[in-house]
Amino acid sequence: MQQLSYFELVGFGPNGWGWALLTAAGMTIAVALCGFLAGSIVGTLVAWGKIGGNLVIRSLADGYTTVLRGIPDLLVIYLFYFGGSAALGAIGSLFGADGFIGVPAFATGAMAIGIVSGAYQAEVFRGAYQVVNRGEIEAARSVGMHRWLMFRRIIAPQVLRYAIPGLGNTWQLVLKESALISVTGLVELLRQSHIAAGSTRRPFDFYLTAAVLYLLITWVSTYLFQRAESHSLRGMRRAS
Amino acid sequence: MSNGVASLSSQPAPSEAAPAVSVNNLRKSFGSLEVLKGVSLGAREGDVISILGASGSGKSTMLRCINMLEVPDSGEIRIGGETIALRKGRKGMEPADQRQVDRIRSRVAMVFQSFNLWSHMTILENVIEAPVHVQKRPKAECIAEAEELLAKVGIIDKRNQYPSHLSGGQQQRAAIARALAMHPKVMLFDEPTSALDPELVGEVLRVMRSLAEEGRTMLVVTHEMGFARDVSNRVVFLHKGVVEEEGAPAEVFGAPKSERFKQFISSHR
Amino acid sequence: MDFAFMRDAFLTLIGGVPLTLNLAFMSVGLGAVLALLLALMRISGVRVLDWPAQAYVFVFRGTPLLVQIFLIYYGLGQFRPALQEWGLWAFFREPYWCAVFALTLNTAAYASEIMRGGLQSVPYNQVEAARACGMSGFLLFRRVVFPIALRQALPAYGSELILMVKATSLASIITMMEVTGLAAKLISQTFRAVEVFIVAGLIYLILNFIITRIIMAIEWWLSPHLRRPPAVEPRLEAAHV
Repeated sequence: MQQLSYFELVGFGPNGWGWALLTAAGMTIAVALCGFLAGSIVGTLVAWGKIGGNLVIRSLADGYTTVLRGIPDLLVIYLFYFGGSAALGAIGSLFGADGFIGVPAFATGAMAIGIVSGAYQAEVFRGAYQVVNRGEIEAARSVGMHRWLMFRRIIAPQVLRYAIPGLGNTWQLVLKESALISVTGLVELLRQSHIAAGSTRRPFDFYLTAAVLYLLITWVSTYLFQRAESHSLRGMRRAS
Repeated sequence: MSNGVASLSSQPAPSEAAPAVSVNNLRKSFGSLEVLKGVSLGAREGDVISILGASGSGKSTMLRCINMLEVPDSGEIRIGGETIALRKGRKGMEPADQRQVDRIRSRVAMVFQSFNLWSHMTILENVIEAPVHVQKRPKAECIAEAEELLAKVGIIDKRNQYPSHLSGGQQQRAAIARALAMHPKVMLFDEPTSALDPELVGEVLRVMRSLAEEGRTMLVVTHEMGFARDVSNRVVFLHKGVVEEEGAPAEVFGAPKSERFKQFISSHR
Repeated sequence: MDFAFMRDAFLTLIGGVPLTLNLAFMSVGLGAVLALLLALMRISGVRVLDWPAQAYVFVFRGTPLLVQIFLIYYGLGQFRPALQEWGLWAFFREPYWCAVFALTLNTAAYASEIMRGGLQSVPYNQVEAARACGMSGFLLFRRVVFPIALRQALPAYGSELILMVKATSLASIITMMEVTGLAAKLISQTFRAVEVFIVAGLIYLILNFIITRIIMAIEWWLSPHLRRPPAVEPRLEAAHV
């Protein structure tokens, strides 16, 4: 059988894997995005605990970020994948089901990413909160804003603005972390490349293509975050 | 002369003016440092009271207590006849009713030394923020009024700019407009010109003087002797947490009773 | 929670620590050499040197480590005949060497940025002073620039080492039985994910704690003129996943 050229292999022709790879890249973005948003919620709560919590809550929040940043992400993914199955299995056996129940790989992945990136985002949010001018918070109190209104109108917009560069870094982490989800069988970019590599015996071509697609996604998101940053900084610099 | 000066006397203003703020025997400590040692003060509607004192005399703390930015350890604060309810919390005193505090705060406006404009909002957005979101007034009405106020303080052309694009004097005038937008019963000024370059002080003082001439009730912590002498109808001198001297400007500047106030005057021109 | 099981798990997993540390130190050590080279290329001011170094950093920081590992371990298999001819197949056939190679290339990209930052932080007046004493070239670099840059870069390099300890876990995916590999095996045998996770996580935390302490000690030792303990904050942007 004649060897396909590289472009036939990764192209969109009858023997090409182009569509499969693009769909998988979409899956990578989807799982990374869901995980990142879940991480934003976790991160906000943990940052809140670090800033405003009492001693117990603060220690818990600090412990959370220390532990999650100190252990390999892969372990967390295994915990959710196997631990989730075990938990589902236990629930299933109550209803008479038997044996191994697989957790949906997408949910597992998004949750694991959310838990890990939440620790990083908490640090980002906390750092950003510390940059917010205390006087502006005091001014908000002085006009009679209650807590939630002040959070919504004064604190959150400013924290978000200061957090954009850090969130950009975290997003890049999440994007790369999503490749680890391939161990759970979710057909994202790396998994799809693995499948294609196995079936065509052209591993180098496919992993290289995957690398290029990851770079492309990284590059585009860097650009978008820079745009967001300069947009949010309007009014921050002195007009000179 | 201003109508503020017309009602001036060493006694409290004539009885037709209702009491706007009264502070009774206020005490406040930070750790082991007692900053206020039983301060009392009364302001009637239309009063412009200058509060003088060296740094550390407790003057800013007293002002901040009136707006509940600091919670006093003991004593009583009445705003327009309503006493702020306090109760013992885990860490000292705390407001008994946060809603009451929020309601009172929206009637007592504060102007800060460092302006404290919200940096992520334009000047106009800063001015309408509290009226729209705290007082829940219709936005269109608030915008129209905000524009009037900005014209009044002379920065209407800056309404769509961000605070960081303005000079200190312009920012402080915007902060005054923000305070006015809430229709306050009382305005508190915490060293409003101390953070300004000398050439910008005048523009802020002019705005404050015109507010005094409108008959607004103002409590002003300041180092500007000219303002205290010419604009206010009463001067209070705080020293180490107590009221050391009090009276009409002509009286206290003309014949100060306290030795410390004499020293203070001579060291401030 | 079954403590007897956790104790057994601990004894099993601790067996993976030597390999975890081996991979981490091996790649950080080799990576430092490559990183220094890249950093010097970046600050050389010569475009034909700067540009490839910049591209290298962009590519290795912009793609997942696991993709890099797969590219080397599985991908190079595509060129087996050529590699055999050159006598390199013995190297790329071994998952250990592939892991070390991939981790080395990866850490070099991050470390070169740390080193560049360190080198650029050396105050120019100190370089001038050295020149005034007649130092130049390699002597100037070795005696003045490098020691100052090293001191400056050390906290970040400490975080990099910890990130690499975490990154070695990916070697388990290409069959290396380090701590995470053993943990995955144990979970698939016993289905007790939570207990194994706690034990494995604890081992990593202990390793990181010890490494942090050692780095702090080295920092203290390297800065007799400062003698204050700077905090080692992990750098966000540098995690390897």
